[in-house]
Amino acid sequence: MPMPKESKDALAKAGEYLEEIKHLASKPFTIMEVCGTHTVAIAKNALRDLLPPTVRLISGPGCPVCVTDSSDIDRYLYLAAQSNVITTTFGDMIRVPGSKKNLQALKAEGADVRVVYSTQDALEIAHKNPGKDVVFLGVGFETTAPTVAVSLEIANREGINNFSVLSMHKIVPPVLRLLAEDEQLDVDAFLDPGHVCAIIGTQPIEFMAKEFGKPGVVTGFEALDILEAIVMLLRQREEGRSDIEIQYRRVAKAEGNPHAQTVVKRVFEPVDASWRGMGLIPGSGLGIREEFGSWDAVRKYSLPVFHSPETPGCQCGEVLKGRIYPTQCALFGKHCTPLKPVGPCMVSSEGSCAAYYRYYQRSDD
Amino acid sequence: MERIMMAHGSGGRLSHELIRGLFQKYLGNSFLDQMNDATIVPGQEQLAVTTDSFVVSPLFFRGGNIGRLAVCGTVNDLAVSGASPKFLSLALILEEGLPLEELERIIQSVADTAKEAGISIVCGDTKVVERGSADKLFINTTGIGYSNRYFVNPQQIHPGDVILITGTIGDHEIAILSDREGLEFETPVTSDCAPLNGLIDSFFQGGVKCMRDPTRGGVATTLNELAQQAGVSMLLKEESLPILPGVKGACDMLGLDPLYLANEGKALVIVKPEAAETVLRAMHAHPLGHRAAQIGVVQEGKPGFVLLETPLGGKRIVGMLEGEHLPRIC
Repeated sequence: MPMPKESKDALAKAGEYLEEIKHLASKPFTIMEVCGTHTVAIAKNALRDLLPPTVRLISGPGCPVCVTDSSDIDRYLYLAAQSNVITTTFGDMIRVPGSKKNLQALKAEGADVRVVYSTQDALEIAHKNPGKDVVFLGVGFETTAPTVAVSLEIANREGINNFSVLSMHKIVPPVLRLLAEDEQLDVDAFLDPGHVCAIIGTQPIEFMAKEFGKPGVVTGFEALDILEAIVMLLRQREEGRSDIEIQYRRVAKAEGNPHAQTVVKRVFEPVDASWRGMGLIPGSGLGIREEFGSWDAVRKYSLPVFHSPETPGCQCGEVLKGRIYPTQCALFGKHCTPLKPVGPCMVSSEGSCAAYYRYYQRSDD
Repeated sequence: MERIMMAHGSGGRLSHELIRGLFQKYLGNSFLDQMNDATIVPGQEQLAVTTDSFVVSPLFFRGGNIGRLAVCGTVNDLAVSGASPKFLSLALILEEGLPLEELERIIQSVADTAKEAGISIVCGDTKVVERGSADKLFINTTGIGYSNRYFVNPQQIHPGDVILITGTIGDHEIAILSDREGLEFETPVTSDCAPLNGLIDSFFQGGVKCMRDPTRGGVATTLNELAQQAGVSMLLKEESLPILPGVKGACDMLGLDPLYLANEGKALVIVKPEAAETVLRAMHAHPLGHRAAQIGVVQEGKPGFVLLETPLGGKRIVGMLEGEHLPRIC
């Protein structure tokens, strides 16, 4: 079958980018892709195969499931086991292991756990089951927070009282600061998350370039987007600049999405949050404001705080901080596989361990 | 509305009415009409036998229903083994309360699909369970085929062989997904559910070494199984994979990979390189094969590994499906 013209053009463009990357990367250059969707796109398109050895791509903390702390996991498992509760969640959370079990095991024991694809579905379930309490597990970054905020406003407006959200939402800028301050981190530049920045804009991450001298490019998710962003970062080095630039112009604007920002501010407030393997990061989480307290699962069920230890041997934290490649973890591919995951980085489809397992190599390599 | 009651499975008058008024009405033939505890069918020296159970939810989906699926699934398992499907059993487990009208539409579809595939339903069974003990309707079919051709199997696969697929991938699972409760989305994609024996008869020839239907686990999992059994490596070309725009769109939206989606009317066919062109041309000439394509080659290299070359020239591993994609898709 002849190749369509767009594909031919894209191939030619990719060739040009790769040529320029080779030309500009005479010295080593390490780039962290912050977002899990980038990790998957890089792996799926086998981009590492095409880059010169001087350009290193390492994965960062940008998979919301992966950074969910063991204590938070045990807390929602405790909630899901309550009678009369219907737990609604995005599919990725179903197999994430807590200290003792996961949602899938609870479901087999009789807990009512349902996978939904949007908060709208969760509201719908609440509407159809007036005698039950529906809890939505709010896991995600700035990208999912707006729709969850909207669902809380709908619940408030329509008086849907059998619906609540357990907010484990996190925001990206504080964890970027933590990474930038980490003396062990060997990263020259960042591929910044396209969809997060489409919401928050570039201002909240400008400090990376200005204070820490770490340039960043807000990047889209196609192979060509990523290659172009790498070219843009290398050009910055060549020109001695350190800026936050936008490659993903068709979606992300410098000012972000003011409407989404306003909705999130109305419903959520910044709180300290625990990140798996990274500890408590001040102001890095989104808690539900008191005005919406009736729909906040923590208040509604007076949920206890759990102090769960992290799984021994699991190096998800080191992976998330970009200190090791997933394959350098002793458990990778042997004791920890997508079928029997030890840490969440192996469960989530956007987790770096799962992406490496799927697309690169196995324990027997 | 008339519904299935426990008495329909009692063996008494209502059971009898169901058999006469529904099963014999649509499925009757000289074999089924023997009405004995076992049916006598003509045989030959080499027979192929297979069985499959069907629990798909919802019962009716874009492009098919559980009845059509129950015939196609078993017919296709026989056909890709190189056998000519001849006879099928049909065993039903009905949940109390199932609307009779739905059952009738399904049995009608079983009859139509059996006719399309050129096979006879030769025996059957019906059980009814209390409400809640099953979900509407489960079906088991066992198929018998005549094995006249030489045996196709993975041991014959060698480096240099060519990997063909008879059409677009992932259609069935996307069609089911789009009809699932809580996930309804508009898509023009319909299930590819179809009996493949006619298509296979049209292209089968000397150079065909192995055939499989990539159902659950999709093309990726089936090729991994073949690569392991044959002790070879395989290389797929991403841009040559036939994928409908609707399937690609849904995959992008839901974060799925078409290579892992179930198909119910496609065959992967491994052929000698010399035969590839003629086989592909024969596929294209058949209504079920007009989107057939060469998607890769068998190569030397690490045994059991399936690789994929992206349009930009990078290569990555295509592993087996890990865990569960989606329950009850067939």
